This record gives sequence, structure tokens and C-alpha cells, in this order.
Amino acid sequence: MVVFEKTKGLTENELHYCPGCTHGIIHRLVAECLEELGVLGKTIGVASVGCSVFSYNYFNCDMIQAAHGRAPAVATGAKRANPDNVVFTYQGDGDLAAIGTAETVHSAARSENITVIFVNNAIYGMTGGQMAPTTLPNQVTQTSPYGRDVTVVGYPVKVCEMLSQVDGASYLERVAVNNVANIRKAKKAIMRAFKNQIEGKGFSLVEVLSTCPTNWGLSPKEALSWLNENMEKYYPLGVYKDKYKEEK
Amino acid sequence: MADKVLMKGNEALAEAAIMAGCNYYFGYPITPQTEVAAYMSKRMPKIGGTFLQAESEIAAINMVIGVASCGKRCMTSSSSPGISLKSEGISYLAGCELPALIVNVQRGGPGLGGIQPSQSDYFQATKGGGHGDYKLITLAPASVQEMVDLTFKGFDLADKYRVPAMILADGTMGQMMEPVSLDKGVVNDYAKPWATTGTNNHEGRNVINSLSLSPAQLEEWNIGRYERYKIIERDEVMYEEYLMDDAEICVVAFGIASRICKNAITEARKKGIKVGMIRPITLFPFPKDALKEASKKVKSFLSVELNMGQMVDDVKLAIDCAKPVYFYGRTGGVLMTPDEVIAELEKIEKGEAKQW
Amino acid sequence: MAKVIFDKERCKGCGLCETVCPKKIIALEKEEINQKGYHPAGVTDESACIGCGSCAIMCPDTVIKVER
Repeated sequence: MVVFEKTKGLTENELHYCPGCTHGIIHRLVAECLEELGVLGKTIGVASVGCSVFSYNYFNCDMIQAAHGRAPAVATGAKRANPDNVVFTYQGDGDLAAIGTAETVHSAARSENITVIFVNNAIYGMTGGQMAPTTLPNQVTQTSPYGRDVTVVGYPVKVCEMLSQVDGASYLERVAVNNVANIRKAKKAIMRAFKNQIEGKGFSLVEVLSTCPTNWGLSPKEALSWLNENMEKYYPLGVYKDKYKEEK
Repeated sequence: MADKVLMKGNEALAEAAIMAGCNYYFGYPITPQTEVAAYMSKRMPKIGGTFLQAESEIAAINMVIGVASCGKRCMTSSSSPGISLKSEGISYLAGCELPALIVNVQRGGPGLGGIQPSQSDYFQATKGGGHGDYKLITLAPASVQEMVDLTFKGFDLADKYRVPAMILADGTMGQMMEPVSLDKGVVNDYAKPWATTGTNNHEGRNVINSLSLSPAQLEEWNIGRYERYKIIERDEVMYEEYLMDDAEICVVAFGIASRICKNAITEARKKGIKVGMIRPITLFPFPKDALKEASKKVKSFLSVELNMGQMVDDVKLAIDCAKPVYFYGRTGGVLMTPDEVIAELEKIEKGEAKQW
Repeated sequence: MAKVIFDKERCKGCGLCETVCPKKIIALEKEEINQKGYHPAGVTDESACIGCGSCAIMCPDTVIKVER
């Protein structure tokens, strides 16, 4: 009896992510959900620009690689082109909460019937560790070398809280993948987000707190606890909007 | 021939797009093209199509990328500043080898510029407004009828060669009303096995992508695309000749400027000036051969444009500077009058004009 | 009796599996190095394995297959 094996939702390609980067776990959870829902054959994934730009090599479904920040708009087009396709975007914090803020807010406002997987690791990974909109106060990065000074560069963006004020948003949950229990919860949230789409309930977004050992300057193991001690404080886990659950 | 209907350019173009099988339009308000969006918002719901006003021109072009990736005809329209915003998306359409139609109803620039007509986005359209090696099929209507006909043509060429195409109109084309026949033009159906329709619907996995970290592969993609541009340059050039048989001066003008020049030429002929015109209809592919041929007969060329001098460079290049090339332009939204063009022709005849 | 299979060539030696194994029977190979130059993870005492799958769930690179 197989307890655990690789999902068919992922291709055979090896992931390019750094050792211990939890992007890989999030990829797997999305892939597992798509496989278990039996929708891989009608799923169109939209990759963004950042460490996860190569996700079009990893998800075992048709993919479109979008310009930085524009994945929700591309996904809007793809979904409107074939409404019975399952359309998702996979975006990092720079992509979704910096350059793509307008696309994020407005695809939510339109309650676009898509699923957004938002990976928040508080840094720009691909380009070598610069400050992101979600970089924590005092957090040192390549472009906040003395620690993020909120009096100078302002405060991190709390996406779930922000979008919870957007009426079009149907389901918003923040999860983390820094331990097995959290990973199980994260999968439930991702599954819920995809089911929402399949049931035509509009815009769903799952914000997944994730590690970046390389640019946090920590070992993969230390990064797990840093996330817990620092990110979970600033970004509390939980459901921030569940329009249809409230109705039940 | 369907009987003629009096229509505004912007609306005639929108109706033509629908007749050409475009069921997806994403727009954003900007003068002088907003009627395209308004018209689409009325018509699309009636035909089961999709109209969406996006949060920005950037979002709109990216929605087009989403639809085009799924193999469906789609369009966006804007005016000059909005086209600047869409330029990255246009570069992505080229890089991803996606067909789509982009409409630019030009206004005065740069910056916020003005809202009167202009042709100052010629370079932006034909020399690449976005980054990277790519060409944009550029069609320049000179009448409301051509706003219809070139829309059919634009969709067809885009699908045929898997490239983005642009209708480069201007405020007059968009705003003026002219009788137009809405004959259903040619609507070819092109197979799109590459489209992201879901792996249920095709072999293997389709990925729409313009990224490659391998320089050799990126070069291969670029070279492959340029082979298609060569075929486009060989087979798809469109231009009109007017009174060129015995012409000694060849006027070169497109769009509304060519309409003004036609009046000027008719009057100048009465004054004994042997002048004709070559009107490019496709700005890419540019009618180089026609100009080269003309340079063997005429004494000089006069490029007349609504800008500070852009297409004139291409005229000189096309004829390898074989003959003198002059330029006359108004900009900022000012239209030249036929008399101004005639005055310029007279200066050329008297050898008083300064070469470009 | 559970069985744990490591696709050693995919492993990047990140050690996340090691941190979650309830039986503390996962460790990175001391000597062995895979093609990528990492010390791949492995089970030190498979007999003690309860087949919970935590290691596989925590692995970012789908290196681990668990059977019971």
C-alpha cells in the first residue's frame, strides 16, 4: 500500500529551486490537488516572473508564462476564453504585491473565477535577495542592507487583509508550509480554493508563507523556524474571507 | 455589395472585428478611441462575446495574451499613451508568437500630448515600441471603409503568421463618419494546435512562453520569426498609387495625410505640377520596391506626415537616397491644408526646398 | 513494516525530511554524493520506520516514496 508517492500533477523535470526552498512543497500541493480533482487535462496554469518563473516546466498541464505582475490579467483572459477550464496563477510576493498590485486587486474586485497561489517569502529570490513589499520591518536584504526602515520605505503589505476588503474576493486564506501540520492545512486551503473555482464561486487566493534559505542567509532548517518566529507574527495564518461558507 | 451605412470609424472598426470572428475585446477609456470600447460593451453581450474594461491598458493587453494563448481571436484598442503602456505586452505577443490585433487611434504626443489626430507613433509601431527583435504588422487606414477592411486583414495576417498586428489609425479615422459597406470580408480559419486548450484536447503539453535562458535557443526563436517577417515582406505589402504614370514628384503619405495630399495633388496638377502619390497601406511591410521603382522615374520625393518626420527616413532608405527626398509635416494635432502641400510642391519645383 | 525509497539523484541534501521524522531515523549520507554534489538523505534504520510519510510530505523535491 502506497502511503506517499509523487503526484502525476508534476512533470518529471527536476525543480531548479535552492535546497530546502519550500516552493517545491507548494508546487506539489497544487499539483496533488489538480490530480485529485481530476482536472489536469483542462487546467491552464499561468506562471509569473520570479523564482517560480519556471513553473511552466513543472506543472503537468498547459501553461502560459506571463509578464511580471500580469498573471492575473492573463488568467482573466484565459478563463474568459474557456470558462470551463480551471485557471490558476502561481505568483511570488514581488510579482503579486509590487508590480502586479493593480492586477491582483482588480481580478479580485471582478471576482474573476480563478485561483491565485501567492507565495510570500518576504524577498525577491530570483534576482538575489532584494527587499520585497512583504519584507518585514528591520529585515536585512540586499536593498535594505541596514534592515527595512519603515520610516523610510514604509510597511509590508498584508495581502489577505487588504483583499478581504474587496467585495469580489470569495475565499482568502493564509497558510504556511514550514512543518507537516501546516502543510496539511495548506493543502486543504488550496483544495478549497480550486473547488471554489470549479463551483463558479469567484476569486480565490491562498497566500502561502514560504522560506528562502539562500537569501535569508539561513540553513533550510533554520529558515523553517525563522518563518514561524517572524513571518507568522506579522502575517497571522487563517481564513480572511470565505463568502460562501458564511452563507451556509 | 451590402448597402452602405453611415458609421463612425471607431464603431465601424469594432463591428468589423466582431464580423471577423473576434469575440473577446479588452479596452480602457482614452480619447480619441473610446467609442471602440463603448461599442464593444453594447455588442459583445448580444453575440455571447466578452467585453471587459480592464484596470489599465497594461492589464488589457495581458488579457489579450491570455485569450490569444487559448487560440481565440481577440483585440484591444487604445491611443498613443495607452499604446506605450501596452508595448511590453506587444513584445510578449511577438515573443510568444501569439496572433492578436491592437488598434492605435493616434493622438498628439509625446507625454499626455493632445487629443487631436497625429501620426507621431509611426516609429513606435514600425520600429518596435517594445523591447527585442520583433516587427509589428502595421496597417494604416485612410477611410472608414479601410477601418473595416484592414481589420479583417489584420486578424487574418496575425493568425496566418502567428504575429501581433496593429491598425495604426488616427483621431480623424476614429471620429469621422463616412458611408461604409459592412460586407463580411475574408475570414479564414487557421488551425492552432499550439493553443493552451487543456491537455485533454491535444497531444502533449502546450506552453506559451517567450523566456529562454539559453542564448542559442532565443536566437533560434528570433531567426525563425524573422524568416516569417521576410515572407510577410515578400507577400503582404499593400499600397495605392495615384497619378504616378507621368509624375516627376512622388508624394508619400498614409492615413489622413494621404487624403489631404490627394486634394493637393489634384489642384497642383491644374497648375501643371506633375505630381503623383504612393500611399502605403501596410507600414510594415513597407512598400520599398514600389518606391525603388518610382525612384527610377521621378525627380524627387515629398513625404507628408502628421509628425516631425518619421516615415521620411524609410522613404530615403527604400530608394537608397537615389533621389532628393523632402518632408512636410504638421504635428501636435494640427492638420496641414492642401494649400500648404501645394506650396511645398512649388518650392520643390523651384529648387527652394531643403532636403530631408 | 514500512518501506522508504529515496530517489537519491533528485535529493539536494536540504535535510528538511530529517527535521520531521518522528523516529529520528533519517540522516544525510556521510560519504555518498549524488550527481548534483549533494549528500542525499537516507533511512538509517528502516525497521523502525512507521510509514507515517512525514518525510515525504516535507520534501520539496518529491524524492521520497513511502509504502506500508
